[in-house]
Amino acid sequence: MKLSYLPGCTLKTKAQDLDLSTVAAMEALDVELEELPRWNCCGTVFSFADDDLMHQIAPVRNLIRAQEQGGDKLVTVCSFCFNTLKRASLLVKENSDKLDTLNTFMDEEEDYTGNINVVHLLEVLRDEVGWDQIEGKVQNPLKDLKVAAYYGCTLHRPKEAAIEPPNKLEALNDLITALGATPVDFPDMTTCCGSYQAVANPEIVINRTREILSSAKESGAEMIAVSCPLCECNLRENQKELGELRMPIIYFTQLLALALGVDPHLHQCEKNPADARSFLESKGLLAACTAAE
Amino acid sequence: MKKINPKKTDFIRKVKEISGQNIGLCYQCGTCSGACPNFAESDILPRQLMRRAQLGMEQDVLQSKLPWVCASCLSCTALCPRGIDIAKVMEAVRLLSLRENIDYVNPRELSEETIAKLPQIALISSFRKHTA
Amino acid sequence: MEATETKMIPIYIMGKRYEVPEGLTIMKAMEYAGYQYIRGCGCRGGICGACGTIYRKPGDYKIYSALACQTAAEPDMYLTQLPFFPANHVPSNYAELEGVPEDIYKLYPELFRCVACNACSKICPMDVPVMDVIAYIKRGDIEKAAFEAFDCIQCGLCTSRCFAEAPQFHIMQLARRIYGGKLAPKAKHNAEAAQAVREGKFDAMLNQLMSMSTEEIKKEYIEREIEPETAGDDWKPKDAKWLIEEFLR
Ligand code: SF4
Ligand code: SF4
Ligand code: FES
Repeated sequence: MKLSYLPGCTLKTKAQDLDLSTVAAMEALDVELEELPRWNCCGTVFSFADDDLMHQIAPVRNLIRAQEQGGDKLVTVCSFCFNTLKRASLLVKENSDKLDTLNTFMDEEEDYTGNINVVHLLEVLRDEVGWDQIEGKVQNPLKDLKVAAYYGCTLHRPKEAAIEPPNKLEALNDLITALGATPVDFPDMTTCCGSYQAVANPEIVINRTREILSSAKESGAEMIAVSCPLCECNLRENQKELGELRMPIIYFTQLLALALGVDPHLHQCEKNPADARSFLESKGLLAACTAAE
Repeated sequence: MKKINPKKTDFIRKVKEISGQNIGLCYQCGTCSGACPNFAESDILPRQLMRRAQLGMEQDVLQSKLPWVCASCLSCTALCPRGIDIAKVMEAVRLLSLRENIDYVNPRELSEETIAKLPQIALISSFRKHTA
Repeated sequence: MEATETKMIPIYIMGKRYEVPEGLTIMKAMEYAGYQYIRGCGCRGGICGACGTIYRKPGDYKIYSALACQTAAEPDMYLTQLPFFPANHVPSNYAELEGVPEDIYKLYPELFRCVACNACSKICPMDVPVMDVIAYIKRGDIEKAAFEAFDCIQCGLCTSRCFAEAPQFHIMQLARRIYGGKLAPKAKHNAEAAQAVREGKFDAMLNQLMSMSTEEIKKEYIEREIEPETAGDDWKPKDAKWLIEEFLR
C-alpha cells in the first residue's frame, strides 16, 4: 500500500525521531509513505474565525499538493498537522463558497476539488492495517511495559475532526496492547499540555505537566506515549524540575518500530533526564533492535 | 423605555460574526469553567466571559486575561450543553484586539533560549493566536 | 534620406501619462520621459536589484513586477518603481552562528508568521519561489533554501507583499551564507590554492610583474594569448607556466 504523507516542519528538525520511526515502522507493515514532493507549513493551528480565510490557505495548499500526487488520502502523524489539515479539509468540503474563494485566490494552483481525506497514522494502523495484523508482525513484544496513552487535544477535539468518537479513547490503547505492552488506566489522556502557551505563558505548561505526570505516575505508568511533538517537548522540558515525577516520553511510532523489530530511532531521547533509551535498555527491550542495527 | 446602546449591540454583533456562534444560547451552567484547564491563570472564568459578552460589556471582555491564557484546547467546546463553540468566541475576542494591530506576543522580544528550545509548531501557533 | 518614424507608446509613470518610443526598457523610457536616476538604478544589467518596478495592465487585477533595466515598456503600463522597501536586517556575529536552523529562527522569528499566501513568489522578478524557500527554512532545510534562493538579487519586492511582515530577502541571504560558510562541503582545490599563496609560491611571479615598466606591461597585455571563444574545457595556453596547476605542483 502506498499513501501520500505530509510529515510537517517539526518532524524534519526537533521531532526527526517521529518522522523516521514512522516511516521505518510503516515499511515493516508494508505501507509505503510517500512524502509529498512539495509541501508548506500547514499553519499548525486551525483558524477558528468564521471570516478568516487567509489562514486556511496554507492547509488547503497542501491538500492541492496531495491532489496533485493523485491519491485521495493524506497521512499525517504530527497531531498539529493532522488537526489543522483535517479541519480545513472539512471546512472547504462543507462550504463551497469558501472553497471557491480560496481557489480564486490561489490562481497559480490547480483548483482543489475537496476530495482529499486527511487521516492520522493511528487511523491507518487501525483501519488499513488492523491491530491483529500488527500483533502478528510483532518481533519484540514489549512485555511488562506499562504505558500511559496520551492523546492531548487535537486527535480528539473537536469531535467532527477526531480519530474516534468522543469517550471512545481506544486506538492508542489498542495499539499499545497489540505491541505486547500494557496500557494503564490513565484519566488524563486528553488533558491539554498547555500547548503554544509554552511561548507566552510558560507557567501554564509547567502546571499542566505537573498534573499530567502525577496522574500518569498514579496510574502506574512507566512511560507516556504521545503523537504530538509539542506535547513531547512540553512534557519533557518541564519535568526537569519535577524530581520524582520524571518519566520518559516516547512517540507511539517509536514503540511500534521497536516492537516490530526495526530501528525505533531513539536519537533525541537524551534530551530528557528520564531518558527513554536507557529505560528501555534496563527493561531488556532494546536487545532485539540493537542486534538489527 | 431606555434605548439600547448601539455600541453594545455592535460589539455583540462583531463577536457573533467572527465566531459564528450565538452567544445568546449560553444559560450560565458553568460547565465550560469546570472544563477549562487554564482557569487558574485567568482573572475571569469562561462562563463569566460569556455573560459579559452577552451583555455587550466590551471593555471587560477585551481586557480579560482569559482569551490570552486560552490554549485553544477545546475542552469547553467539547462539553457545552448548549452546543456553543466557546473556543471560537475566545478567538473572536482575541481577533478584536489583534485586528487593531495590537500584539500579545512580540516575536522579536522572545529570548533566544525560548526560540532555540521550542519546536516550530509552538512558535508558529503562538504567533498565529497572539500576533496581528 | 527619410528617418524611419519611431512608434510612440503611452505609459503611465506614477499616474502621469507619457509618450515614449516603443522598444525602450522601462528604465530608458523613464529617462526619456525626463526622470533622472539618482537612486533606483545601479548595474543596468539585471543583477544589482536596485530597479524593482511594479505595474498593472489595463483591465487586469494582477500586480506585475519587473526589473526596469531588463524589461521593455509596454503600451498602457501603469507603473511605479519600488527601488527600496524598508526591511530590518538583523546583525549577527557570523563566527558564532552554529550552522543550524535555529540561527535563523533566533534572528528572524517572524518568519514563522508566514501563511503560505505565495504573494512573494508571485511578485519576484527573478522567479525565486520565495514561499517555498521560507517553507524550507521553517522545516530546517537550509541547503534546499540556499539553492532555491540562489537567484535572489535583494530587490525587496517580496518583502513589500509579505502578509507575515517578514523580510524574506534578508532571511534567505542568511540561509545562503550559513549554507555557504558552514554547511557546504569545502572546495579542496580552493584551500590548496590559498595555502600556496601563503607559502609564497606566487611571490616570484608577482615580483616579476612589479619590476616591469608600464610600457613592458602594456606590451605583455596586448600580446597576450587570448582563449578562443570556441575553446573547449581542455584548452591550454601555449605558455603554460603561469597556470595555477604549475604553481600547485
Ligand atoms: S526573492 Fe525578493 S528580493 Fe529576491 S529577487 Fe525575488 S522579489 Fe527581489
Ligand atoms: S508573502 Fe510572506 S506570508 Fe506570504 S508566502 Fe511569502 S513569506 Fe509567506
Ligand atoms: S539596475 Fe541593477 S538590476 Fe536593474
